[in-house]
Amino acid sequence: MDYFLNEQQIMVRDLARRIAREKIAPVAAQYDESEEFAWPIMKVLAESDLFGIYIPEQYGGLGGGILDMCVVTEELSRACGAIALGYASSALGALPIMISGSEEQKKKYLPEIASGRKLAAFCLTEAGAGSDATAIQTTARKEGDSSSPGGGKYILNGTKQWITNAGEAEIYTVIAMTDKKKGVRGASAFIVEKGTKGMEFGKKEKKMGIRASATREVIFTDCEVPAANLISREGMGFIAALKTLDTSRPGVAAQAVGMAQGAFDHALNYARTRVQFGQPVTGFQAVQHMIADMGTQIEAARALTYAVARMVDSGAKSISRESAMAKLFASDMAMKVTTDAVQLMGGYGYMRDYPVEKFMRDAKITQIYEGTNQIQRNVIAANLIKESLQKD
Amino acid sequence: MASIRILLDKCVGCSLCVKACPFGAIHMSEGKAVIDMGKCTLCGSCVAACRFSAIELEKSAGPKKDLSAYKDVWVFCEQKKGVVQSISYELLGEGRKLADKLGVKLCAVLLGEGLDAVAESLGERGADKVYYVGHPALKAYQDDPYSEVLSRLVEEYKPEVLLCGATTIGRSLISRVAIKADAGLTADCTALDIDPKERLLLQTRPAFGGNIMATITAPNHRPQMATVRHKVMKEAPVEKGRKAEVVKKDYPAEAYASRTKLLEMVEELGATVNLSEADIIVAGGRGMGGKEGFALLEDLAKVLGGAVGASRSAVDADWISYAHQVGQTGKTVVPKIYFACGISGQIQHLIGMQSSKIIVAVNKDPEAPIFKVATYGIVGDVNEVVPAITREFKRVLNK
Amino acid sequence: MNIIVCIKQVPNTTDVKIDPATNTLVRDGVESVINPFDAYAIEEAVRLKEKLGGKVTAVTMGPPQAEKALRDAIALGCDEGVLVSDRKFAGSDTWATSYTLSAAIEKIGDYGVIVCGKQASDGDTAQVGPGISAHLDIPQVTYVRKIRGINEKTAVVERMTEEGFDVVETPLPCLFTVVKEINTPRMPSIKGMMRAKSAKISKWTAADIDAEPAALGLDGSPTRVVKIFTPEPRKGGEIISGSAGDVAKELAELLKGEVV
Repeated sequence: MDYFLNEQQIMVRDLARRIAREKIAPVAAQYDESEEFAWPIMKVLAESDLFGIYIPEQYGGLGGGILDMCVVTEELSRACGAIALGYASSALGALPIMISGSEEQKKKYLPEIASGRKLAAFCLTEAGAGSDATAIQTTARKEGDSSSPGGGKYILNGTKQWITNAGEAEIYTVIAMTDKKKGVRGASAFIVEKGTKGMEFGKKEKKMGIRASATREVIFTDCEVPAANLISREGMGFIAALKTLDTSRPGVAAQAVGMAQGAFDHALNYARTRVQFGQPVTGFQAVQHMIADMGTQIEAARALTYAVARMVDSGAKSISRESAMAKLFASDMAMKVTTDAVQLMGGYGYMRDYPVEKFMRDAKITQIYEGTNQIQRNVIAANLIKESLQKD
Repeated sequence: MASIRILLDKCVGCSLCVKACPFGAIHMSEGKAVIDMGKCTLCGSCVAACRFSAIELEKSAGPKKDLSAYKDVWVFCEQKKGVVQSISYELLGEGRKLADKLGVKLCAVLLGEGLDAVAESLGERGADKVYYVGHPALKAYQDDPYSEVLSRLVEEYKPEVLLCGATTIGRSLISRVAIKADAGLTADCTALDIDPKERLLLQTRPAFGGNIMATITAPNHRPQMATVRHKVMKEAPVEKGRKAEVVKKDYPAEAYASRTKLLEMVEELGATVNLSEADIIVAGGRGMGGKEGFALLEDLAKVLGGAVGASRSAVDADWISYAHQVGQTGKTVVPKIYFACGISGQIQHLIGMQSSKIIVAVNKDPEAPIFKVATYGIVGDVNEVVPAITREFKRVLNK
Repeated sequence: MNIIVCIKQVPNTTDVKIDPATNTLVRDGVESVINPFDAYAIEEAVRLKEKLGGKVTAVTMGPPQAEKALRDAIALGCDEGVLVSDRKFAGSDTWATSYTLSAAIEKIGDYGVIVCGKQASDGDTAQVGPGISAHLDIPQVTYVRKIRGINEKTAVVERMTEEGFDVVETPLPCLFTVVKEINTPRMPSIKGMMRAKSAKISKWTAADIDAEPAALGLDGSPTRVVKIFTPEPRKGGEIISGSAGDVAKELAELLKGEVV
């Protein structure tokens, strides 16, 4: 389907597709086995200017939007969702700075991220704070004030869990409590650079899927962060986090769409050549109907994702419901489509020699991270009910 | 100026020419072929494809030169460290046939230092005459002195045919000499013949990765130069005691000047992979699954005394180094036996090995294109079949 | 330093198939691409510029659509593109092609290094690079697999041989033909692609490059193609079936004469 992408988006899409085909697809299975972080691929993406497509030109980016980022994420995910995640997650880590950061912070950090020289990571989740993000325990205690050298500092203590790109990234945006008494209004967002004293990383987690993505704990022990690294003001932490997640969710949807498309393409290719009962299995209506449903669902998810991305880029004020819908629909779709892709390939689909079982293992996470689909449903329902009230 | 045109009264609109054109320069309009002069390169593929002689390729005649002064078939004999390379013997073998058809002498050209005995020995390989230039500057190959000396020899003695090996040295050397001599040069000929009436060397070579063959001549320029790849022609047999007339030439000092300096000659172990030389190659592709798969191929190669090759997919996946790559963007090989294991047989790979004498394909996919060109095809799991073949050959060869 | 890289637009031979019915090439939708070997030349030229400063000019002789190859080269880091195109060049063999390119290079003027790919994937002759250096009478090193060191006056490079490599020192200006071992070509960058879209490509005809008409095109080509034919397509042989052990036995029986 033609989504009427502009010239730059088409350029970006074609380049990402080429990189996916020539550089990522040949090594995807190998990285899944070794669970190593695909630095060589990150380097290729960086040299192609793809890390900066959504970052404004004055900070070294290409001045595109979330739609551009979704297009790239989808293309890369068609080859490997895990490697694509290294790219997409860096955007997640950068968004708090881009959305809520000061001019100095943007000037300091965004060019490094746009060039791909440094990756970013977003730290919110903790062992006791998953869906209930407001239950975070990591604290940031202020020391000194505006008269102190450097305007004072914050001491961070706590452990963030299951952080994507942790250990590989150099720039971390961290949500921590500055005032527990204020509850939801007591959290703040900080920029912490790798190598800061008191910041350590846990072991790499062993996962069901997206194994080439690095997932680790980030442990803060009396970690000193300059006051200049506070994003926006104290108390704005959860607002910054919510805006970030609303903006990045179409990216998760795009990753899901890409993985579903990749699995579908493999399965369809196979089904055309697999001969049983004297004919290719695509001759059987049972298979044809599966193919029809899978194809339609992928296209619907893509259309919804791109529409929401365009909405985000247009500067719409309220995007929570739509953003949640895109993520919910695309991820549920991806899980179903990748499972069906394995089914279409029968025994071969189950074998690790063939790429499709990896897509199924990889797709599962999209239903869980950046807000589980149960939370997404809560958000969507709450918004729909509110909108309905307002209409009366 | 040369030109091409469609003879509209002969064109029946069959559009064979459209398909034949490698540059997409022909399309059909109102039932007749139309050539887009912006895309046409006058290569002549359409002329050959047309069954109705409806395409006329006109070359301006040009003044016919008097080429009668040019005589004899020359073979440039490449030597390394004083040892004549086997390609030279293959060229002498082919050169003998050409010289006989033309009724002229077969002459070997040797450049080096202290190679008097070697020059003499070339008589035993069929050379009637040997032009030998010995000088310290020619001990090892350098572009400037070699091309200068060879050009001077050509200018002085005027051979009508000059053959050279399509080796790294040969190609660099002969391309420069062709420019200096204002001569036509055809690379990688797979067949050579003589048109006795016009005394033309008919040079046949593959183009478009081997999808077409072209026969080329240089009607109006001498010498007619051609390079031939290793192992395409048969070596000249040794006739012990046969003598050649050795002509030792010497040139003034400036002929031997070299702008470049050879600092070092390094032999590398990895280079002994020399796939181009191997008689037996055991190659693996995506179907080998990983480095462990290639270990199986190495076992088989060892037992058979062959080299290990690879398709581009295997090299891209880092299972083996690029030195082993066979195909359009790798090496072209002509072994006696080529084992293609877990290789699907895409054209990019076939281009590099389809001239192998025997192709044995092992692949789990019965539809793989490789089976269309394999002499012997085995549908099965490489992980089972390859070790079984290794065991069997070990037994048969008593290893 | 001014660096010149010579490129050629070729049909993507990976897409070329033979029509079994007519035994001719099928070229439906076969696109034109930069000759695969030239990608390595472009990459090396751009790396030299990044190391020594200066600019890279990509030159190609071809039909008007070869302009796309120049823009692709700019997207990969070249600074300028020159298209040498004229009906008079049609039918050029390697002698005329290297002459035409050397005339264009003389017009470009000052250069330190000319970089060419080893050979073009359609002609596969590897003759044009050395031909250019002969016409320009500059030193050459072919089959370069590594540039060890280079400055405005001299370069030390590794020339690949069948047994390994030679280390060669050459004065500048000079010409290199490069092999794949020399580098891994980068992907185009978005910024490069945008620059390529708006880049001004110089277009020169035969008159612009002061070329001798008799040395151009088919008339300037010593060689002539007298026949084109499709080779006997290689036919498939027999399928050997059975268990791995049986298959191995049969194969060994069939081949043992060839394996000494």
